[in-house]
Amino acid sequence: MQWAISVDHKKLAMMYIGAGLIFFLVAGIEAAFMRLQLAQAGNEIVDPETFNQLFTMHGTTMVFLVGMPILLGFGNYLIPLMVGARDMAFPRLNAFGFWLFIFGGLLLYFSYVGADGLYGAGTAPDVGWFAYAPLTSRTFSRGNSTDYWILGILVSGFGSMTTAINFIATILCMRCPGMKLMRMPMIAWMMLVVAFLVLVAIPILTAAQSMLLFDRTLGAHFFDPETQGSAILWQHLFWFFGHPEVYILILPAFGFVSEIMPTFSRKVIFGYPLMVAATVGIGFISLGVWAHHMFVVGLGPVLDSFFGATTFLISIPTGIKIFNWLGTMWGGRLQFTTPMLFVTGFVAMFVIGGLTGIMLATVPMDWQLSDSYFVVGHFHYVLFGGTVFGIFGALFYWFPKATGRLLNERLGKWTFWLLFIGFTLTFMPMHVSGALGMPRRIYTYEADRGFEIWNLISSIGVPVQMAGVAIFLWNVGRSLRRGEVAGDDPWDAWTLEWSTSSPPPEWNFDRIPTCTSARPLWDRKHPEDPDAHYE
Amino acid sequence: MTALPATTSNARLTAPLSRAKVGMASLIFMESAFFSAFLVTYLYYIGKSPDGPQPLDCLELNLVLVNSVCLLSSSITVVLAVRSLARGAMGAFRLWLAVTILLGLEFLLGTGYEWWGLIEDKGLTIQSNAFGTNFYSLVGFHAFHVVVGLVLLIGVFILSLFGCINPARDHRRVDVATWYWHFVDVIWILVFTLVYIVGRVPQGAAA
Ligand code: HEM
Ligand SMILES: [Cu+2]
Repeated sequence: MQWAISVDHKKLAMMYIGAGLIFFLVAGIEAAFMRLQLAQAGNEIVDPETFNQLFTMHGTTMVFLVGMPILLGFGNYLIPLMVGARDMAFPRLNAFGFWLFIFGGLLLYFSYVGADGLYGAGTAPDVGWFAYAPLTSRTFSRGNSTDYWILGILVSGFGSMTTAINFIATILCMRCPGMKLMRMPMIAWMMLVVAFLVLVAIPILTAAQSMLLFDRTLGAHFFDPETQGSAILWQHLFWFFGHPEVYILILPAFGFVSEIMPTFSRKVIFGYPLMVAATVGIGFISLGVWAHHMFVVGLGPVLDSFFGATTFLISIPTGIKIFNWLGTMWGGRLQFTTPMLFVTGFVAMFVIGGLTGIMLATVPMDWQLSDSYFVVGHFHYVLFGGTVFGIFGALFYWFPKATGRLLNERLGKWTFWLLFIGFTLTFMPMHVSGALGMPRRIYTYEADRGFEIWNLISSIGVPVQMAGVAIFLWNVGRSLRRGEVAGDDPWDAWTLEWSTSSPPPEWNFDRIPTCTSARPLWDRKHPEDPDAHYE
Repeated sequence: MTALPATTSNARLTAPLSRAKVGMASLIFMESAFFSAFLVTYLYYIGKSPDGPQPLDCLELNLVLVNSVCLLSSSITVVLAVRSLARGAMGAFRLWLAVTILLGLEFLLGTGYEWWGLIEDKGLTIQSNAFGTNFYSLVGFHAFHVVVGLVLLIGVFILSLFGCINPARDHRRVDVATWYWHFVDVIWILVFTLVYIVGRVPQGAAA
């Protein structure tokens, strides 16, 4: 009850992350069923209809109910602590946003029992996470599972938007004395840009989903080509949301890396101003690349080249970041703790995902590879190898702050290596099967196409990853009860959240801290050589 | 932990921003993104709706001009209300606020009347064609936002009747709340231009 009525940003954040992790398990089980089905040619473990539901729910859940809430949850936890504030700008709005997310998620999953399907049985959405028209029209999507998809995401989207407003107001208005914009922790910059992108992108999705809802329930004609509507319009609107959305999912992870990497390299972050500029640059450019998801539509050479070019352009600021992280590690006294392992893994995996992204941005190559398993490989490298690795790094890094106890390092290293190996086994071969021509979203395939071995390897990776996650959960349970006591500042770090107790009091700081440089805690620990001298 | 360092010369933030203003500005920014999707969609469909009732035959300017004048002038009256509040003139504040609310209600009723005519006489519904679909969605969503703005203003009005509004303490907050009303007005200017001026071209010509 204490928790249900709480407006404390830390409690809400932990509920966000906890709920996100539960959805992570659910969506992971959905994925496991898909890999089981695809392990061999001609398997009949799930039927085609179920398979469609599995990939729809997996994708939708991972994006909207795992990635978003966990990342927004970390933002919630960290922003006030790191900028030296006692809470978010609008604590009650914050709680409201959280409960909207929970309600949206439950609404989506209620479709399994509540949506009309054949013979009155429940049925989950099965139109894919991007729900292309006209598959979503009433003609092709009977019953109301698609309506559940619309409404569930619509509601949780409102939650994300209120949270974004809160982030912006907190970051712009609640910083402690002395914390100028260019002294903010990198994570605050990342979250600021994320909040901006949420405010631009999610309303577009909300608008598109309202149109779809009108089409389906009122008989409007936005997207139905049979009645003057345009199916391509849906794709434009969806991807105008969809591409910024992938940056919403990756930028907070960039933030985690930018905090964790300096701590364990024992150096300041390399090129702070450039990092800020690259982040802001990514924020803007990412609004102008959406049609790289639509090269196979046939938009014509002018649009194709334009969107190919803007997509190449965005890899420049992204590359800057990679080099800054490498520069941070360069010459540092590296300590490969579990969080550091995860963020190092992040950089490596993200580079691979970025490179396959550039391949896909090359229009003629995309014509060949679009809608194949190659694309699935690409986005899992950035979303799993990127975002999820970042999240695990952050979980290990800030767990002691939130609970007062450290997670076990030995178990943590097991988790990392199992996840890393399992991840590579599962997703690396997808590039090959995709290049060989295996389409995504097929429930089975024939033997002798050359797909079998790659699919088998992909499926073998799944239990390895599951073992990694299981060890992690066990680690959490164990450490909560008898983990090593962390103290205020277990990593000898430099940002303000480590200056208060672990866990922090409800009011965060007994006295509002002051900030003298980008590493306020360094200044306090080293009054003889404060950073302020070098600004 | 060592003691907090003494405040340095640059320890003060110059002119901290107000949370309320930043929050409201963000909300308005977000709503603008929402409307831009509908505006662009409307623009896209202009001239692409050959069957069924046409904009040139359906839309008449007389009524909508009256509505628009009411809505736009309500932006002025609400400014007058806020100015009165800042001066501490509660009576004038309530009066101007009431006028604003009435003008907003006129706009809603006028729109309702227009829609009634369109549905009954012209046979234009959301199902008729792409024009009907876009017209009712865009104008309807705008009207919905007028309702939200009105709820906000009526809330302030009721609070003031119960003496819960203190001029010195609250006039800035009330001011921020009225930003939303101005936003709804600006959106109407765009909607009006698109629907009643740009969109009333003969079908086929614009495509
Ligand atoms: C250098 C950076 C990147 C480039 C050049 C790039 C390029 C592309 C292109 C061209 C596609 C379309 C492929 C197709 O459907 O034919 C694509 C798909 C995708 N990308 Fe990326 N990408 C980049 C980074 C990212 C990041 C950071 C994320 C997420 C964190 C991401 C997530 C996705 C997803 C989810 C899809 C597939 C969506 C779907 O069809 O379901 N990408 N990318
Ligand atoms: Cu994209």
